[in-house]
Amino acid sequence: MPFSAALLLTTVPGRLVSLGAVDIAIIALYFVMVLGIGLYLKRYTTTGEEFFLAGRDMSAWVAGLSFLAANLGSLELMGWAAAAYQYGILATHWYWIGAIPAMLFLGIVMMPFYYISKTHSVPGYLKLRFGEPSRALSAITFAIMTVLMSGINMYSMALVMNVVLGWDINFSIWVSSLTVGVYVALGGLLSAIFNEVLQFVLIWLGAMVISIVGLIETGGWSGMVARIHANFPGQEYTHLWSNLGHFSDNPMGIHWTGIVLGLGGVISFGYWTTDFLVVQRVLSARDLRSAQMAPIIGAAFKMAVPFIVVVPGLLGLAVLPEHLVGESQAAATGAHTYNEVLPLMLARYCGPGLLGLGITALVAGFMSGMAGNVTAFSTVWTYDIYRANIRKNATDAHYVSVGRWCTIIGVLVSIGAAYLVMQFLSIMDYVQALFSFFIAPLFGTVLLGMLWKRATPAGGFWGLLFGTVSSIAMWLWVKLDPPALSIIALSPHAKDMAENMYRALWSWIICVTVTVIVSLMTKPDPNASLVGLVYGETDIPSDGHLPLYQRPIFWAVIVALVFAVLNIIFW
Amino acid sequence: MHSDTRLISIWFFIGILLVCYGVLIFAASWYYAANPPANPVVLADLHIGIWWGLMILVIGIFYTWKFRPGKHNG
Repeated sequence: MPFSAALLLTTVPGRLVSLGAVDIAIIALYFVMVLGIGLYLKRYTTTGEEFFLAGRDMSAWVAGLSFLAANLGSLELMGWAAAAYQYGILATHWYWIGAIPAMLFLGIVMMPFYYISKTHSVPGYLKLRFGEPSRALSAITFAIMTVLMSGINMYSMALVMNVVLGWDINFSIWVSSLTVGVYVALGGLLSAIFNEVLQFVLIWLGAMVISIVGLIETGGWSGMVARIHANFPGQEYTHLWSNLGHFSDNPMGIHWTGIVLGLGGVISFGYWTTDFLVVQRVLSARDLRSAQMAPIIGAAFKMAVPFIVVVPGLLGLAVLPEHLVGESQAAATGAHTYNEVLPLMLARYCGPGLLGLGITALVAGFMSGMAGNVTAFSTVWTYDIYRANIRKNATDAHYVSVGRWCTIIGVLVSIGAAYLVMQFLSIMDYVQALFSFFIAPLFGTVLLGMLWKRATPAGGFWGLLFGTVSSIAMWLWVKLDPPALSIIALSPHAKDMAENMYRALWSWIICVTVTVIVSLMTKPDPNASLVGLVYGETDIPSDGHLPLYQRPIFWAVIVALVFAVLNIIFW
Repeated sequence: MHSDTRLISIWFFIGILLVCYGVLIFAASWYYAANPPANPVVLADLHIGIWWGLMILVIGIFYTWKFRPGKHNG
């Protein structure tokens, strides 16, 4: 769809707020800054290593914050605030058990193999460990997933702009996505990382206001809980674990085994340890210790993110005069949807100036997620698809040029994906379905590749293929025959979220089982070819000479303890 | 990375932007505190924008000074 400045003037009735001159100035300053950073960094990204891996020169803090910010897209901000309104504090599981153990595992166990192998991508690691077919399968599925995810980001951002400001959805999609395309095409991963750190700061400063003022209004946490109980008598929204004993005891319709095994055991490990979108940020670290510390720093901040995402959703349950509803009911009645809870809270508390900052925070979140997808797509396409299959021996400058063009093309394809996403009723369920298609089986393949010497190239390829196909087959099965949900999720009371958890778990089990069986039936690789790739054949540098407080394992234990205490407090 | 031209720290860029934001939010909130709009936000009497703007301004000044170009930051 061609861009038209006239779209700016197209508004819809019933918008939540109007921006003043100061708000528009704040948003405009943000766009000027991100484009300026891209322009400034172009001169520093002339080689492939600089463009695709930021020169492998990032500090642990920058890599860690970027690692987290790349995940702070629509999923985090609008989607999980909506989920918090719909499911209560259960949404926090996606930040705690659904993230922290996996992030620590990445830093302590997996990062040494990624870093020492000097791979430029996750599919690149699969090439080194399992050969070209596994890389091709992984790279192609990843490329599809990233552009779809990018489309989700764009659609979510446009929805917010439409609801809050009345801006035309098409205008929002084109302006934000082309801005991302320009600054990433100019400065590559370096530009994306710089802007992600900037966006991380803005997200916190913009979103934290809602939680602080909201808790003042309700009289603190206990006041908020009391109001929720008064507004929704008989419903349980404020406990993390105590109501997960049965599918029908909680608003999410899920059992604790689904949360622990499906979310905490497969989906989160798959996402945080093998999704190249986030792993790429850590690969940019300047040394192994920084690469190990980056996910641990990210985990520490991740534990705090519910304060700016889940708390606003809970505050919505406590203070909003109307009850928000699902998309289909909203379409029939004209009521506001769950997805609008964050903008509604923003409009409730933020006056001129703060409103501009809040909107900037939302835009920053969407753009950081989009940039994450675009840079990862550009790298995987250039190195793992184009160089591997189309033009093998070109110059480094040629691949950088391909990467820049690929960024723009990736953005345009993502825009097409955004229009596809509009057809789906629930953003979150769609995202979860995508995760279980590709990410859960990939985690099985990479994990066995790193920890089991006996895994063979044939085992890796067929395990990944069977896991992915089985996941798609289960999804289609439930779509065509909804009662099949009770078989996959092991209960007639299970709801969509539970299905996603269990589908991921099954696809991972199928991947691992097939990988093990095929590996045992095929000839293993010689040990010499596994050096630097597999546990037992890789010499991992010791950090024993460092003082305790400089060792990654020390900080991982601290984060793990805080994680345990938080779960007990909100049990 | 090019060693002949030292990369300006990202924290400097963040500092500059926060200084601008701090000034804008503080000034706007101050103005609207003196001239309340017809439909004020909930808890408008807290003047949260004034305090938030001041905080952002202070953080911005600190980062701009601490990571200014030409200063070695280790």
